[in-house]
Amino acid sequence: MKRRSLVTIVSVSAASALALSACGQAGQGDGGSGDGPQELTMWTHSAGNPAELEVYTKIIDDFNASQDQYTVVTESFPQGAYNDAIVAAAAAGDLPCLLDMDGPIVPNWAWAEYIQPLELPTSITDNLLPTAVGTYQDEIYAAGYWDAALSIFARKSVLDANAIRIPTIDEPWTIEEFDAALATLKAAGYETPLDIGAEDKGEWWSYAYSPMLQSAGGDLIDRETMLTADGALNGPEAVEFFTWFQDSFANGYTSNSGTIGNQEFNDDVVALSYTGVWNAMGSLEAIGDDLLILPPPDFGDGPKIGGGSWQWGISSSCDAVDGAREYLEFSFQDKYIAEFSDKQVVIPATAAAEELSANFGEGDPLRPFVELSQAYALARPATPAYPVISSTFEKAAKDIMSGSDVQSTLDGAVQEIDTNITSNDGYGF
Amino acid sequence: MATITAPSSRQLDRTERQQRRRRNVWSYLAMALFAVIFLFPMVFMFISSLKPDAQILSDVRSLNAFLPVGDLSLDNYRDVFDRVPVARFMINSVLITTLIVVLGLVVNSMCGFALSRLEWKGRGAVLAVVIATLIVPFETIAIPMVYWVSKLPTLVFEGGVPKYDFGWLNTYQVQIIPFIANAFSIFLFTQYFSTIPKSLDEAARIDGAGWFTIYRKIVVPLAGPAFATVAILTFLPAWNSYLWPLMVVQEENLRPVMVGMQYFFQLNPAWGEVMAYTTLITLPVLIVFLSFQRAFVSSVAASGVKG
Repeated sequence: MKRRSLVTIVSVSAASALALSACGQAGQGDGGSGDGPQELTMWTHSAGNPAELEVYTKIIDDFNASQDQYTVVTESFPQGAYNDAIVAAAAAGDLPCLLDMDGPIVPNWAWAEYIQPLELPTSITDNLLPTAVGTYQDEIYAAGYWDAALSIFARKSVLDANAIRIPTIDEPWTIEEFDAALATLKAAGYETPLDIGAEDKGEWWSYAYSPMLQSAGGDLIDRETMLTADGALNGPEAVEFFTWFQDSFANGYTSNSGTIGNQEFNDDVVALSYTGVWNAMGSLEAIGDDLLILPPPDFGDGPKIGGGSWQWGISSSCDAVDGAREYLEFSFQDKYIAEFSDKQVVIPATAAAEELSANFGEGDPLRPFVELSQAYALARPATPAYPVISSTFEKAAKDIMSGSDVQSTLDGAVQEIDTNITSNDGYGF
Repeated sequence: MATITAPSSRQLDRTERQQRRRRNVWSYLAMALFAVIFLFPMVFMFISSLKPDAQILSDVRSLNAFLPVGDLSLDNYRDVFDRVPVARFMINSVLITTLIVVLGLVVNSMCGFALSRLEWKGRGAVLAVVIATLIVPFETIAIPMVYWVSKLPTLVFEGGVPKYDFGWLNTYQVQIIPFIANAFSIFLFTQYFSTIPKSLDEAARIDGAGWFTIYRKIVVPLAGPAFATVAILTFLPAWNSYLWPLMVVQEENLRPVMVGMQYFFQLNPAWGEVMAYTTLITLPVLIVFLSFQRAFVSSVAASGVKG
């Protein structure tokens, strides 16, 4: 390398670094200095989701225009990276005023003092679906505009052709009926008749399969004390459920291959799909009136589906709490909740918004999800230990799916969860 | 009486040529096979970027996954630009990566020079400490580093007036400066420089050269393979950087390309857009590799480093 070019490159690089530093800092202004409106920083997990961002932009624009005391400034993050960004920001003392979070993480962030009690008027929170409200130690820390629900998708023509009873909310399939239906469908030519999404990873496993465990009489933790998983996650009911779970893979009723999403059901590669409301419009478009949205099977204690989706909270370090609450109160208008529902295809959190929505009112095509949610939704345990419980549950369930011994795997999972709870002094319980 | 005639030299040449040709055919076949195996993911990525999601998922069970058949369009590329500020992310990554590589080459080579050529007390211990840092995974120090960079002093401009403030979060420099000094690069430069005869330094010293002149005029020109290796080994992690920018950059307009990948993983991943985006962000890497292919191959051979 010639001397002049080396010197030039280094000089240009150093100058660029300095200039970029200045540029980067220039975009960091906190605004609101002097007599202007106070800035309310707000982070969402919605980057890459233009439909959801569109509604947020509308709410923020309306709020900013409605008063001159506060200005909401938003920054969006991709969902898969959001929690890491929050944890890092908390470590650096750099959390925004307003932040959204997945329902089950609310108790953990409340315990870690990332967020503070929400203290919205009860006229708002009492109107929301119970699963759209995030609590810790009986105090509300977060509230959301919607919830999601799981169901079994099926084709009416396929069930009729195979003489399989169509279940209802009042009379869901028993687990024996469900097994018989799977055997019939397999014999009818479906290589794996049921898609339960086992190719997915992360929170899906707890969200999708822990309600089955709860339907069988088990649970992720003893909800009375929130101090141990012993007896709940490794009791006879849990062992019975996980044996069924293991057998369903071994018998070829379901598999962990395939792709995330509902394409295999839409293509009629599988006959039944255990999936969420977010896939309903795609399936409706693909198969039209033949689509059935059915309750999940009853493992003994009645069908259950997971509850709790994304919710909003106020950070503990927020220096404009009144403004943050004012924004949230403004945002929980039925028209906005209905718009989220229409754009996101999710269940509106208020009854009034259900009627305003295009899909979830009485007689609308996705109304069954509202009924399933009302009848069967069960929130995940409201404990700060939930992230550990969830990841431990996922690992244990995957091991069992792969053929490991059910009882010893569950005992190991219980020990791991209990050790974590003990080492954190019971997480405040 | 039968006579045995010795093969003529022309016959021998022909036989040898045939054998060589046969060997060449086999080696080319083997190389072509490896090339195909290594090219498959790239071909799949590019071809899939032209297909709708449903077709990608249905083609994946057959050879069609690698063939431009079916409903082909540039829709995924259009949708990528709708979902992600690609140009902004690309510019950020190019700037950040270029600065890390260029400044890293200078700083680390100087450090390597000091450790291999200069005689000073404790340099062995310093080199040992530098090497020891290689065994600490970045993930274990990431959170403490976030804390520290959030407390570092910095220059800000408010209304054109320069002022001091604290905190490097949400800046370009937080994505660049922590990665300029690199233990592995220092080690590699140190090792490579130690293979260059010290008699050259002594001759230069007799001619009146200072250490910086020796570094610049003697050692650097002789260490081309080491520079090429370090450049490529620095470029790849800088371009692929994900965890660090995720933690220290909240503003979208400062994010690099890899953070953008997560934009496509909603409840149902948009596979066609993922493939289109990965095609776009792989192009600069390919361009860099193809541009420096010769230097890279020779540097790997010379330095014994496998990337």
